[in-house]
Formats: sequence, C-alpha cells, structure tokens
Amino acid sequence: MLADILVDALRTATGPTAAAYALLAIGLNMHFGFTGLLNFGQAGFMLVGAYGVAITVSTFGGPLWLGVLVGMLAAVLLALLLGVPTLRLRADYLAITTIAAAEILRLFFRSTAAEPVTGGVFGLRQFGGAFFAFNPFPDGRTYLGPLSASPSRMWVMLVGWSLVLLMTLFVWALIRSPWGRVIRSIREDEDAARSLGKNVFSYKMQSLVLGGVIGALGGALFALSLQTVQPDTFLPQVTFYAFAILILGGTASTFGPVIGAVIFWFILGMLQSGLRTFSDAGLLPDFFGAQAVGAVSLTFVGVLIMSLMIFRPQGILGDKKELQLDVS
Amino acid sequence: MSPETRPDPLEGVAAEPGVAKPDPVLTVSNVRRSFGGITAVNVDHLEIQRGLITGLIGPNGAGKTTLFNLLTGFDTPDTGTWTFAGEDLAGVPAHLVARKGMVRTFQLTKALARMTVMENMQLAAVGQTGERLFPALLPTLWRGQEAEITARADELLTRFKLDHMRDEFSGTLSGGQKKLLEMARALMVEPSMVMLDEPMAGVNPALTQSLLGHVKGLRDNEGRTVVFVEHDMDVVFDISDWVVCLAQGEVIAEGRPSEIGANPDVIDAYLGSSHAEAPVQRRKRHERRAS
Repeated sequence: MLADILVDALRTATGPTAAAYALLAIGLNMHFGFTGLLNFGQAGFMLVGAYGVAITVSTFGGPLWLGVLVGMLAAVLLALLLGVPTLRLRADYLAITTIAAAEILRLFFRSTAAEPVTGGVFGLRQFGGAFFAFNPFPDGRTYLGPLSASPSRMWVMLVGWSLVLLMTLFVWALIRSPWGRVIRSIREDEDAARSLGKNVFSYKMQSLVLGGVIGALGGALFALSLQTVQPDTFLPQVTFYAFAILILGGTASTFGPVIGAVIFWFILGMLQSGLRTFSDAGLLPDFFGAQAVGAVSLTFVGVLIMSLMIFRPQGILGDKKELQLDVS
Repeated sequence: MSPETRPDPLEGVAAEPGVAKPDPVLTVSNVRRSFGGITAVNVDHLEIQRGLITGLIGPNGAGKTTLFNLLTGFDTPDTGTWTFAGEDLAGVPAHLVARKGMVRTFQLTKALARMTVMENMQLAAVGQTGERLFPALLPTLWRGQEAEITARADELLTRFKLDHMRDEFSGTLSGGQKKLLEMARALMVEPSMVMLDEPMAGVNPALTQSLLGHVKGLRDNEGRTVVFVEHDMDVVFDISDWVVCLAQGEVIAEGRPSEIGANPDVIDAYLGSSHAEAPVQRRKRHERRAS
C-alpha cells in the first residue's frame, strides 16, 4: 500500500504537470526572484500560452508551431500591456494589476461572447495531433517501470523537461551576465540603479516579457499534455502554486524552481494518493472522505509552506546569508 | 593642496545670492517645486563653478535634498530650467542625467545589499555590451570589457580601502564603509560632476578624515566638480571652495567659507534672528584649529 502511494507520488512529481509548473516558476523567478517584480498573475501568461496553441490549431486549423508562436507573442503583448502603465509605479501596483488582468482574461475566455473562438466554459480539445505525430516512443508498451508511463506521456515528459532544462540554462546565462547584474540591482534598489545610469523601466519590461513568455511556454505544455484547455484551469491559485514552488525551491536560485516543482508535486501526489487509499480502507474519519481529498491535501501544502517559512525561509537551494541581510 | 595656496578661480566674485561665476558647469534658473502648499525649492538663479567643491548648507527642511532630486532627474520641478555642461537637463530622466556625467549619491546610502562589493562597482560602469539582452547570452562579446571594468574597480576599491571586502555582500559593510562604497561606485560612472548628499552623516571621525581626503582628491587629482550637502560646519568650511546656503527653498547666501560663516542671514536661518553668536564662534574655533 505504501509502495503504491510512493509510486503515485513519483509519477506526479515527474509528470508533465510538474514540468509545466516548473516553467511557470522559472518565469516567476525571473520576475520576483531576480527583478523583484511582484507578478500575481502568472496564471494569465499560462492562459495565453495554452489558448494560443488551442485556438490556432483547433479553431483556425493552423499548424502547431504557429500556435506556440502565437501563445508566446500573446505573452509579450500581455507583458507590455501590464508593464507600460505599472512599471513606473511602486511594486504593489503591478501585483494588483496582474492578478486582475489574469482574472479578466479567464472570465473573458469563458464568456459566451468569446465562445465561437475559445469554446467558452467547455474550452477546446484535440489540438495536439501534430505534436503526438512526432512521438518517437513506439506504441504498445509502457515505460519507466513501475511508473508505467504511456508512450504519449513519455513524449510530453521528454519535451517538457527538456524545455525546463533549456529555460533554466537560459535564465542562468542571463543572470550571470552584466544584464543580470542590472536586473538584480533593480531588485535591491531601483533608485540606486537609476543613479548609475541604468534605464530601470526598460530592464523591468524585459524581465516581465521574458518571465511571461516562459510562463506561456508552461501553459502550452500544460495544454498539450492534457489535450484540452478549459478557462477555469487558470484560477488565481495556479499563480500561488507557482509561488509556493518558487519559495520551496529557493527564490533567486537558478535550479530552485525545478527542484521546487518536483518536490511540491511529489508531496501533493503523495497526499492525494495517501488520503484516497486510507479513506478507501476506512482508516480515516468522515470529514477526510473522498470529496475532501483535494481540500485536505491543499491544507497540508499550506502547512508545509508555513513551516518552511518558519524553519527554512531561504528554501531548499536558497542562500541563508542573503536572507539575513537587511534589505531596505 | 589647500584652497588658500591655489589661485582662486572665483577671485572677484561677489558673495551674493545668484552671482554669476566665470566658468559655470551647472546653471539653474527659476527652479520651483512645491508639495501641496509648501514651496520646497524656489531657486531664482544659481551657478556652480567647474572643478571646485561647492558646499550646500541650510537648516533641516531647507530643500537641499529636494534640489538634488530635481537636478538629477529624480523629481520633476513645477517650473524651471537648468543646463549642465551646456546641455538643457530639464525633463531628462535620471538615468540619462547620470550618463551625461552628473552622478549623485544618497543621504541614506543605497548599497545593493545582496550583491557583492565588486558587483556594486562593476554595475556602475556605463556602456557595457553585456548589459544588452542578446549580447548578454554570449560571454565572448563582453568578457574583455568585463575584465577592464573589474581592473578599474579593483583600483578604486584599493584607493578607498575596501579591497579586503571585495567579495563580501555589501549589506555586511559598516555604515561608513557603505558611504565609501557609494562614492567609489559613483566614480565608476566616470562623472564630471559628483553630487554627494550628506557623505559624512553617521560616519565615525576617523573615517570622516579619509572621506574628506577622497572628496578633495576628486577635485585636486581628477578635476571633477563636487557639490555636497553637509550639516557639519567644520567639514563644510574645511573642504569647500564656495558655500551656498539654502533656507526655505531659496538661496539666501553664497560666498567663500569665511564670508558665509560671518553672514548674518545664514546665522539667522540656522538659529533665528536673536542668536547671532554661535556659528561664528564655531567658525573661529575651526580657524584656531587650522592654524
């Protein structure tokens, strides 16, 4: 029984969803970890990435590569739209604007008016044919031993985690460059950066765009792995999961989001599978019943994050020394 | 070299508010800034002589820091124009002001805490190829420039006696060391004019002497123009070639340190009209110490 729970947890932790969330968190790390931009609307960037693929392919019958491109361009546009009015203001204005924008997008995409294009509340499906046509894993068997991954799952995992690795390297290369030095100086004190001749607005915008596009890639991957998009997948809590992953892994550390995503989904998978198993065996009181599994496991995640903030605030890969410095 | 032994570039300039200088690098005209009903800055005319140290004094709330903010693009005046090295700077954003060679420091030091001392220094160099997004991804494009910048930073750190802290987070520096770092960092921009906002505030007396030496060095060895705000009159009279006194946003007096110390308007501004003696005595004490 315990072995089954662990296998379930491992399966969740290595799955395409974990990879998609790792991408969201890598984008957030660019925003929040390195630049100090408080983006509470990463779900919005995820949404445009997912729907970019879905609408291009499903609604307009376009090719898949164009769909991914449309999603990325939509993320650029969204970043510019959010950034132009708010990046000159204090950090909290961006936070309010992004969370509102993400919700507006979700509500618009699920509205009846948008239904002919977005499929309304039911969303869109079956747009990944071209993606799975390239699947190099032969049919008729399962992979990874006890994880028993189907060939199509293997293909999404391969592409997903490769993308995660690629984006991690991309962010690492940028952050260690002089460009990254300016970005980090803005996080520390943007007036100081300005006084040294740095165009703070332009750098914040570049960071917002890059992190948003990485988030959109996460959305596209998410959509392809499920072969369906629905607007209510992109609730604000998606952003907070991504934040939880980022904080768990270690804010402003290059590999933090990846480690964070794997551990976060491992714990979530273990809780869900464990609660379900114990509940089925009649070992749990009623209020832990089958319907409550989702809510209870999220409660545990909440407790986990709180304990983390108390006992290891720098996250798993973060630098404690950095955190102890008085940043004011 | 003390100001007394050098030829005085301001010889014959009258000690009166708004007086014209022979070679002004910064000329301020009609700059006004009010916050609600309070006029924080109201400068009719002010010229800063090139290559000298000008002290900006005035009681708390006189508008010294606001004037700094306005001139360096960190705040926007209601009206007014100013030119720096022949260029109109009104409406120019702060980062471009810095690139034009007018660099400021802050009253509350802004060391970038979670970056090392060296990174603080490297950051300040202008015109870095690697600061552009796409070249940043190709280290071969900026490695050479980075090495040059690092060498220049090392030199400055040695001069400012911060070389032993080179690889520490700047958040771990003492208050005085942060002031030193901020000044050294400003020099990485290679400014022609440095604006120091209370460079000595919160610095222990031993370090004050070395900071003073560095400020004089900016003028004597490198030919830079320095404007600084300071409350310690001993410091002001020690290193300034010219002193400007602000009160309630207006320039109420200008002159050589000796003239300012005896100026009744300045004494009024600091102590109210009935207490005329104290600053003069401070000044005399200072002269005694110097002789």
